[in-house]
Amino acid sequence: MSWETVIGLEVHAQLSTNTKLFSSASTKFGSEPNTQVDLVDLGLPGVLPVVNKDAFKKAIRFGLAIDADINQESSFDRKNYFYPDLPKGYQITQMTKPIVEGGSIDIDVDGDKKTINITRAHLEEDAGKSIHDAYPDKSVIDLNRAGTPLLEIVSEPEISSAKEAVSYMKALHQLVTFLDVCDGDMSQGSLRCDANVSIRKVGDPELGTRTEIKNINSFRFIEKAINFEIKRQIKVLESGKKVTQETRLYDSGKDETRPMRSKEFANDYRYFPDPDLLPVVISDDEMEEIRSTFPELPADKSRRYISEFQIDESEAEIISSSRELSIFFEVALESKNDPKLAANLIVGEIGSLLNKDNIKIDESKLSSDNFNILLQRISDGTISKKIAKTILAAIWETGRNADEIINEQGLVQIQDENLLEEVITKVIKSNTKQVEDFKNGKDKLFGFFVGQVMKETQGKANPKAVNDLLKKALNS
Amino acid sequence: MSIRFKTLAELKRLLENKEISSYELVNETFKNISSSKTNSFITLDEESALNKAKDFDEGKVDGDLAGIPIAQKDLFCTKNLRTTCGSKILENFIPPYDATVVDNLSAAGSICVGKTNMDEFAMGSSNETSYYGTVRNPWDLERVPGGSSGGSAAAVSEGLVCAATGTDTGGSIRQPAALCGITGIKPTYGRASRWGMIAFASSLDQAGAFARNAEDCALLLNHICSHDSKDSTSISDEQENYLDNINNDLKGKKIGIIKEFDISSLNKEVQDSFEHSKKIFEDLGANFVEVSMPNIKLSVPTYYVVAPAECSSNLSRFDGVKYGYRAKNAENLEELYIKSRSEGFGDEVKRRILIGTYVLSAGFYDAYYKKAQQSRRMIKNDFVDAFNEVDIIMSPSSPSSAFKIGSKTEDPIEMYLEDLFTISSNLAGVPAMSIPHGFAKGLPIGLQLIGNYLQESNILNFAHQYQKNSDWHLKTPNLGESS
Repeated sequence: MSWETVIGLEVHAQLSTNTKLFSSASTKFGSEPNTQVDLVDLGLPGVLPVVNKDAFKKAIRFGLAIDADINQESSFDRKNYFYPDLPKGYQITQMTKPIVEGGSIDIDVDGDKKTINITRAHLEEDAGKSIHDAYPDKSVIDLNRAGTPLLEIVSEPEISSAKEAVSYMKALHQLVTFLDVCDGDMSQGSLRCDANVSIRKVGDPELGTRTEIKNINSFRFIEKAINFEIKRQIKVLESGKKVTQETRLYDSGKDETRPMRSKEFANDYRYFPDPDLLPVVISDDEMEEIRSTFPELPADKSRRYISEFQIDESEAEIISSSRELSIFFEVALESKNDPKLAANLIVGEIGSLLNKDNIKIDESKLSSDNFNILLQRISDGTISKKIAKTILAAIWETGRNADEIINEQGLVQIQDENLLEEVITKVIKSNTKQVEDFKNGKDKLFGFFVGQVMKETQGKANPKAVNDLLKKALNS
Repeated sequence: MSIRFKTLAELKRLLENKEISSYELVNETFKNISSSKTNSFITLDEESALNKAKDFDEGKVDGDLAGIPIAQKDLFCTKNLRTTCGSKILENFIPPYDATVVDNLSAAGSICVGKTNMDEFAMGSSNETSYYGTVRNPWDLERVPGGSSGGSAAAVSEGLVCAATGTDTGGSIRQPAALCGITGIKPTYGRASRWGMIAFASSLDQAGAFARNAEDCALLLNHICSHDSKDSTSISDEQENYLDNINNDLKGKKIGIIKEFDISSLNKEVQDSFEHSKKIFEDLGANFVEVSMPNIKLSVPTYYVVAPAECSSNLSRFDGVKYGYRAKNAENLEELYIKSRSEGFGDEVKRRILIGTYVLSAGFYDAYYKKAQQSRRMIKNDFVDAFNEVDIIMSPSSPSSAFKIGSKTEDPIEMYLEDLFTISSNLAGVPAMSIPHGFAKGLPIGLQLIGNYLQESNILNFAHQYQKNSDWHLKTPNLGESS
């Protein structure tokens, strides 16, 4: 029997605002527990929420990027439930009138393009964190995260495989980071997803019973969790049983999903409009301001790189697909460096160093300034491109200034023709057999002589000068 | 010199002329409070109040209300001073912040002597739901002072303080003002900040004032009201000086009488007082117009859906986890919630949480909450239409004078009808006040004046002119030997 999968994703993107959605407490990650909490976040009696307009701007920017409808008047509702890390006993969210409705995101799975429609994206506040394993006999609560603004992005159930889900998440990740809406750091929970998964017989018009896998926080886990869940549901149905509609957790250690305690979630949330907040109205002027500061997105960036700087298409795509890399590249070009050279190094040498350490360029020890020095030293002939790689590796480890490394390690390129001629004469003298063969028509041996000269100069010889001088010497 | 029953304006004059010091004033106030039998206060702040009085006497403080002792309803958060909201669940709660209203009144130089008793979480019309005991009406200690701001009303009525704050969600300032024979005003919704006011029903709650007359209320309102960026529902329209228009002529002004309020069904004395008050306004040149407000009869049922719905959510934060009462011996989280809330809340609060939870539940929301929102809009529109025709609307403040303690506690519906005349102005958000205008069964009754949006000065003008031509507001209770 053959089955098809239907998946809808609810993604929570933590908006990169400085302060919380309804209070002026900081949203910084990783501070001491309960230090980023003010009266509002604590849910003390008589305190009131005031909306952070910056969160609206970011939500609207996202909406515009996916070509959605923006509700210039949106409102907040209360979702009521008891939990210790929810200080007010309700979460403020947008139920009836979300800021963003509709729109779509294009994905690409092994070259196949597909469009996933978006149902809605709404603003809501995050809860705090319950910590159950810090003390043997009690649970504790950290409210630093309580009130952090989230944009919940809900897709239509149009995703048909775990691979598509991953590719949707990657597209979303790229979009929110480029828009500077979210820092995209999945390991810190800045971007996390709930997957609604169901299966049905191919051709069946009815949807199957779905389960919801909560809080998946990496691309890899999304794929594994969904695949596990699909297999599990098939097994259940093929054994003649029924899938239970429930919330499940993905355990990455055991690579399995299992039901969460259902009692906690058998809630009637009693949504109703929050009487403490009036509907939020975004004026036409504010909309215009958001439009006018709209950042360039990857596809446009890539096209521009090719036409403006004549760099390779594949290099343009790689650089433009990462916000950090494209910023790094553009900063390098501000100092009139050779775009092709910069692109080449970023995609080649720097790319493999980034992959090796699994970090982003702004987390590395290579600063834009230092990269700028390096590019200039290549362009002015001080060092060769080959030596540049050695220098990059040194910077990568120590973060030291490129000029310092060049001087200290004597890596300045040898341009002095007299000096090079001396080396060439020496090479020719000690390889008489090869010289004879070359003269007899074995052209390929030219490379051998270049190699020998480079070896003698520890790679510091200017390659162009070596070529010219060698040709002259061998043909004389 | 006896300070009892002196008005705010009189005390200001005495202080200005140095006929009395603030220290004497505050000291005398605490003496009077200690001999009082009304149970008006939950918490006193004697040391701090006396220090502030000394500061004033040394010339360190100025302001419109400088050196004057006042009382705060125990629903306003006061920094470093216990704030219980009349509930066991907040028995030991000491806020680290001041409500904006408290802040404003301190900035004007007034001295808070303590926190007044109230129905638990402002839910009640008799002050009998307070965890800290029933407040007694100074006019008859066997009777209720009204509620929920019963402590504030009784304290002013008894002459313990010349002014006190209150809050009004469905009549909680006007009904106790009426039953205690004093003047009380609730401004337009949004005119006074709700920051630091412990929420009962957020879309209805509004802070206001009690005093011995309308002029004092105007002075207090000048400081109680303010635009506050910490309250999203706060009104930013420019605020007038409420004393500026109190002496305006009433000639040719129109007063609306609501056709649908059946005055003839009320006690004869209540009817007579109402007719007598009409006569006073007629003599001042005002005209009476009957206005039809066909939806006003929906007010009580509408209110008892909207207010409990909001309260059921607002009171969720009292869960025994972060602050307030926490039950002992809870085995697990669910038990902690159930025990803390069952033991911490009183019956009336629980009743309203249950009603509110019910009307918001899946399957009932449309039939109750949504319908109530619709009828609320219709009631609002009735007011808008009425104010196209008249300057103010007039009605009794409550159906009768103060009732005996315990006489209505067994019948919640009977108790809810106490607010029959007052609830609609909360649903619409318009300003309203109550002034003393006679007696029924020997106990004071009040006249309600309702104004259009942001027209506080209009009703204060009518009230002040009325008080210049009557002496009901000068009557004081006989306190017997005890004081």
